[in-house]
Amino acid sequence: MADSIVIIEDLVKKFEDVVALDGVSLQIAKGELFGLLGPNGAGKTTIINILCGVLKPTSGFVSINGYDVQRETRKVKEFIGVCPQETAIYPYLTGLENAELFGDLYAVDKHTFRARCNMLFERLALAKDAKRRTEKYSGGMKRRLSFILALIHDPQVIFLDEPTVGMDPQSRHVVWDFIRELKREGKTIILTTHYMEEAEELCDRVGIIDHGKMIALDPPRTLISKNDVGNLEEVFIKFTGRKIRENEWR
Amino acid sequence: MNAQRVFALIKKELRKTVRDSAVLFLIFLFPIIFVFTFSTAFGGSGGEQPVYNIGIIDMDEGNASQILLAALSDTKILNLNIYGDDQTAQNDLSQGKIQAVILIPKDFSLSLASYQAAPDDPSRWINTTLTLYLDKGSLIATQAIPPIVQQVITLMTGYEKIVSLSPLRLETAHLVDVKKTSAFEFMAPGMFTFASIYIIFMVAQSFVQDRENGMMKRIRITPITPTEFMIGQILSYAIIALVQAALVFTMLYLLGFRPNVDLHTYAFTFFLLTVFSFSNVGFGLIVATIAKTPGAASGISFLFVLPQLFLGTFVGASLSSSVQVASRFVPNYYVTDALTSLFLRGAAITSQTVLFDLMVVSASCAAILALGVTFYAKCYKD
Repeated sequence: MADSIVIIEDLVKKFEDVVALDGVSLQIAKGELFGLLGPNGAGKTTIINILCGVLKPTSGFVSINGYDVQRETRKVKEFIGVCPQETAIYPYLTGLENAELFGDLYAVDKHTFRARCNMLFERLALAKDAKRRTEKYSGGMKRRLSFILALIHDPQVIFLDEPTVGMDPQSRHVVWDFIRELKREGKTIILTTHYMEEAEELCDRVGIIDHGKMIALDPPRTLISKNDVGNLEEVFIKFTGRKIRENEWR
Repeated sequence: MNAQRVFALIKKELRKTVRDSAVLFLIFLFPIIFVFTFSTAFGGSGGEQPVYNIGIIDMDEGNASQILLAALSDTKILNLNIYGDDQTAQNDLSQGKIQAVILIPKDFSLSLASYQAAPDDPSRWINTTLTLYLDKGSLIATQAIPPIVQQVITLMTGYEKIVSLSPLRLETAHLVDVKKTSAFEFMAPGMFTFASIYIIFMVAQSFVQDRENGMMKRIRITPITPTEFMIGQILSYAIIALVQAALVFTMLYLLGFRPNVDLHTYAFTFFLLTVFSFSNVGFGLIVATIAKTPGAASGISFLFVLPQLFLGTFVGASLSSSVQVASRFVPNYYVTDALTSLFLRGAAITSQTVLFDLMVVSASCAAILALGVTFYAKCYKD
């Protein structure tokens, strides 16, 4: 892929005798919205952790925007944004203070921060609650704030690890709309999700990973038509032999 | 290093300290309440019979002083150190190396001889005064040493019952000041470090909680370097330690602690407590490395808090001599010792004891902090 912004080559990660990733290779184009699907423990979060530089691979090569993630980690971290699976926010800070902390950690200047903050809190329907301590937020509000923290520095590549899990349908649609807008702005988005509907709705391409291997990789509609099934969930079951069971990992 | 990132972490940590009621209580309210309760309720002495180091400045022109020294030595309670001049003896006294100084006057032998020649005619006696300087930083020394010395002098003159009829008078030079010093004031220097050691709990719990709820990982994803992160955290706790010290000092001041020292000494005290807080951050990091949950962090923290509490604060002075030897292995012993020298003994910041204490505190705290950072970084790199 000529304009690839994310390149993963023969990626292997072992945790003692457990092989979490077994030779995964993948290229993601600039501006693409890529969905990473797989059952629990398939290796999705491990890929995200390696891509954002907090986990070292056992072997293989990973680069983002031409920078080797292992050798130029700090450079990579400046233009990626990560919304992790767990709702990681400080409960004793307000929503705005959480955003301010991450704005400062990304060294965003005050003027840019204010503009980004206003836009993000407005778009994710948290403007009214920005000055409330997050310990009083609902689960959905916390997830949306977590999303804001990942985007406060206007990153070029965005990793969304189960961004809508635990959200009510209304919150989920707010986030989906915003993800579409990010794509329109030309951001590259890597999304892991358990919701097949979400992947089908949003993603340009999806990769299905199981037992650490990439077992399918195509646009959702191509996967559906190639496998002669009605939707992405059936594709998933066909490849992995099992349904997504969200409760398993919650 | 990016100052914006460091300040962001400091701001975050201070907000947490103020807003988290459990942390607020543990770090600020508990030490103050404890200091108040302890200082008003406790302060006695105990343990086995101690031996006091006494400095002797013998200016006697005769030989009678040798009899006095032999008699003092025979008490088995006093360990005599002979000094050639008053200044050296006073320096050692101010640094806590000895607990008292006895100045034997040049007419001591003459006075004793005049008494022996006419024991029943006080008009023919040559009166003289032995001056006794006491360690104002030791409650036990100020109360125990004068009666012992007085008893020995009385025995020399043979007047066991009517002490006033003797040419030899014992004057305790600083005892007037010492009598004003309460048990609480003797304990005050140790109370400063008492408050600071609770930072161990805070550091351990904060790191374990952040790791457990994913914040540590989230912060690691940002471009902040490990150095910036650690500096931000350490500075936060140093600020908290300074605020703690100010609160404890205010509390002590309100309870009547008024050391006669200058502003430099106060500044030095706060500096020393800041340096000391680094060791507590180090211990906290070691606990955070071992503990998997915030609850476990609290439990393990006690392993580092209790020895320092009993060996290095005001509690240690009341324990046995063998325990006091063990005290030398905890960093806050040296902080308490330096503050006792400064506040109670009147030692200068540049005195040998205070500088030695500062050196030990700095070296041990730097080593503990380095160990904590290395230990934590090694275990949680991946």
